[in-house]
Amino acid sequence: MEIIIPLNNLPLGKKAKVCELKSSGIMRRRMLDLGLILDTEVEALQKSPSGDPTAYNIRGAVIALRSEEAGNILVRAN
Amino acid sequence: MGLTNQSTGAGVLESELKIERISPNDKVIALAGNPNVGKSTVFNSLTGLNQHTGNWPGKTVTNAQGSYIHKDRNFILVDIPGTYSLMANSVEEEVARDFVCFGNPDATIIVTDATCLERNLNLVLQTLEITKNLIVCVNLLDEAKRKKIHINLKELSNRLGVPVVGTNARSSKGLKELMDAVYDITSNKIQINPMRFNYDDLIEEAIKIVEPNLVKILTEVHRNTLLNEASIDLFSKNVIIDTQRIRWISLKLIDGDKTLLKAMEKYLGFDLMENQNLLIYIENARRFLSKNGVDHDQLRDRIVSCIVKLAEEISRDTVTFHNEKYNSMDRKIDSVLTSKIFGIPIMIGLLGVIFWLTITGANYPSEIIATLLFGIERHLTDFFIWAETPQWVCDLLVMGIYRTLVWVVSVMLPPMAIFFPLFTFLEDLGYLPRVAFNLDSFFKRACAHGKQALTMCMGFGCNAAGIVGCRIIDSPRERLIAIITNNFVPCNGRFPTLIAIITIFFAGMVPGTLKSIVSTLALLIVIILGVVMTFLISNILSKTILKGLPSSFTLELPPYRKPQIGRIIIRSIFDRTLFVLGRAIAVAAPAGLIIWIMANVHVGALSLLDHCAVFLQPFAHLAGLDGYILMAFILSFPANEIVIPIIIMSYMATGNILELDSLNELRDLLLSHGWTWLTAVCVMLFSLMHFPCGTTCWTIKKETQSLKWTIISFLIPTITGIVICFITASVVRLLGLV
Repeated sequence: MEIIIPLNNLPLGKKAKVCELKSSGIMRRRMLDLGLILDTEVEALQKSPSGDPTAYNIRGAVIALRSEEAGNILVRAN
Repeated sequence: MGLTNQSTGAGVLESELKIERISPNDKVIALAGNPNVGKSTVFNSLTGLNQHTGNWPGKTVTNAQGSYIHKDRNFILVDIPGTYSLMANSVEEEVARDFVCFGNPDATIIVTDATCLERNLNLVLQTLEITKNLIVCVNLLDEAKRKKIHINLKELSNRLGVPVVGTNARSSKGLKELMDAVYDITSNKIQINPMRFNYDDLIEEAIKIVEPNLVKILTEVHRNTLLNEASIDLFSKNVIIDTQRIRWISLKLIDGDKTLLKAMEKYLGFDLMENQNLLIYIENARRFLSKNGVDHDQLRDRIVSCIVKLAEEISRDTVTFHNEKYNSMDRKIDSVLTSKIFGIPIMIGLLGVIFWLTITGANYPSEIIATLLFGIERHLTDFFIWAETPQWVCDLLVMGIYRTLVWVVSVMLPPMAIFFPLFTFLEDLGYLPRVAFNLDSFFKRACAHGKQALTMCMGFGCNAAGIVGCRIIDSPRERLIAIITNNFVPCNGRFPTLIAIITIFFAGMVPGTLKSIVSTLALLIVIILGVVMTFLISNILSKTILKGLPSSFTLELPPYRKPQIGRIIIRSIFDRTLFVLGRAIAVAAPAGLIIWIMANVHVGALSLLDHCAVFLQPFAHLAGLDGYILMAFILSFPANEIVIPIIIMSYMATGNILELDSLNELRDLLLSHGWTWLTAVCVMLFSLMHFPCGTTCWTIKKETQSLKWTIISFLIPTITGIVICFITASVVRLLGLV
C-alpha cells in the first residue's frame, strides 16, 4: 500500500518518490536544483549523530537535509 | 583550510576579477562545474598554479585565474565558483552566471564528475542555453572505473553537440586532449552544433511573446544609447543579440529574475525595466501563463523539470552502471564515521591523533633548527664586528630582528610542516563535510548555518582564509555569525604559542612517555573550548544583534577519495608551509625591530616597553596576565606568531631574546617573572579569544563592506577573552589555588 509521508519520516534504507514540494521561494529552488522534481526517487541513508540532519541519496548524490527541509518534501512510500 | 597564497592573505584581498589579455590573441576560458568535481585539480594541472584543492563542495569562493600555453597560443583560464545551477540562487551561482554570460569568455569548460554525471548535466544544459562555445570535461574517470560506471563519451558528445573530453586530472590523463579541444573550438577549427532544447508548449508560447520584442528593443538600445566600452564589446561580438541567448533572457524576464536584470544593468549599462513596452510584453506573457494555470512557482518547477528530465534521459543513454551498489563502500564508512555512538568520538580522536603527531614530531626538528640558526648568529655577530658596525646597529639587527626570526622559524616551521599535511589528508579524503554533518545539530541549536563547520576548518589554517570561506554561506545573517566567531578557532599562528605553553607548563609535570599525551589532551581541551565558545557566541548573536531563525541549506557529502599522498606532501611543504612561514617572517622582522627599540629606548629609569607594561599592569593582573603579556598581544596585532617572542624579549633586562636552547630555560625565565600555572592558562585562554590579527580584520572589512561589523568582530572575541580570563583568575585566586 502506498502512503504519502514527509521525507523526514522515511525510515533509513527505504526509498520513496517525490510527490510534492511544500516549500516555496529560495528553498524550493534549491530543492529543484538538487533534481527533486516530481517522481524523483529518494533514499534515506544515514542520520547524523544527533539524529538530524539526515543524508539522502538524490540522483546519485548524497545530500544532507535538516528535518525542517525534508519535512517540506512529501514522498510516496510503500 | 585552504592555506595557499590564494587564501592566506595576499590572495584573499584581491577578489575582484579583471582579466587582462596580454596579447589580443590570448583566449579567455571559463572553467565551470559543480562543486567538488575536481575543477581546481584541472585548473592546477593546466596552469601549474597552486590553487588549493580539497574534497568538499565550495572550495573556490572567488574567481581565480591562471594561464597556460598550448601550441602557439596563450590561454587565460578563469576558475569560477562551483555551482549546481546557473539559476542565481546564491552569490556563487550569480558570479558563475555573470562570468559565463557577461565576462565574454572565448570558451567555457564545464568539468563534470563521471561518477555522478546525471546531476552534472543539469549545469551543462543550463550553460548551453547561454553559450555555445562549450567543452564538457568528464573528470574522475578513474573513480568511475573503480565503481564500474561506464560513460559513452562519444554518444554524450553527439547528444550535446559539443566536444566531450574524458579526463583524470589527478594523473593528468586526458588534459592534452582537453587543451586540443579548447584550442580547436577557440580557433573555429571545429564546427559545433550545440544541442537546442525546448520547454513545454506553454513556456514556449510565453517565450514567443517576449523574444521578438526583446530583440527589437536591444537592437534599438544598441543603436541609440551611449553604451560603456564593455557593453559595446559585448554587443559587437554578438554576445547579447544571439538568438539562443535572447531566448534565455526572455524566459528569465518572465520568471522575474531580478539578479539578471541587475547584472545586465551593471555590465551593459542600461536598465531594461525602464522600457515600458518590454514590461507590457513580459506582463502579457505572465498573464498568458497564469491563465493556463501556471503561476510563478510552477513556472520555475516546469523550467527545472524540463532540464532535469532531459539530463536524466541523456544520462540514461550514455551512462551504464555495471555495479548498482557502487557506493556501498562509502555508505559503510559513513555509517561508522557519522554514527550515533562513534561519530563525535572519532572526530575528536582524529583531531587528537593529528595534534599528538604534530607535538611529538615537532620537538626534534625544532631543536635542530634552533641550534643551527643560533649557530649562524655567532657568525653574523663576527661579521658585524669585522665590518666595524656600531654596537647598537649590530644589537638591533642581531638581537632584535634576527633572534625574533629564529624563534618564529624554529617554533613555527616544524609543527606546520607536520600539521598541514595531516589535515590536508583528511580534507582530501572527504572527511570535512562529515564533520559539518556531525556538528550540524549544534549549529542549528545556535540558529547558525551548518556550513559554518567548514569555515571553522579553514580557520585552523588561517582565520583570514576562513572568513573569505564564509562566502559559502548565503544567508547574510548566518554568514556574519560565521565571520564574527571564526576567530575562536586558533589559526596556525596561534598553535605554536599554545603548544609551547602547554609543553612548558603542563607536560613538564608528568614523566617522559606521558608528556606528549598530556600535551595533546591539553591542546584538545583548548580547541574544544574554542568550538564550544563558537556555539555559545553564535547562539547569543542569534538571540541579540543578529536575530533570526536558521535558514535552510543543503550539504553534500561527496564520495570518499583516495588522497594523493605525494601531492599532499609537496603542496603542504612548498606551498602552504613555506608561504605561511614567509608571511610570518615578513611581519616578524619589522616587529622585532620595533620591539627592540621599545625595549631599549629608555625614558627615565624604564624603557618604553616597561612604561606601557606598567600602565597595563593593573588591568592585565585582573585578567590573570601581566602588563608585558598584554602588551605582547597588542604588539602582535600584525601577526599572532610573535606573542611569545615579544614576551621573552620584554622579560630580558637587556631587551633582546635569549638564546633559549631548551624549553627548560624558557620555563625558568617565565617562572622568574612571576608566571604560575594560572598565568599559563590565562595566556592560552587569551590567545584563543582575542582580537583577530591585522590581515583578518582587513579581510573582515573587505568581506562585510562594513566598518561596524569589523569593529564588532574585533570586540566580541576580545571582550569574551577578557571576561573569561577575569572569571578564571578571580575564581582561582579566591579559592587560593595559586
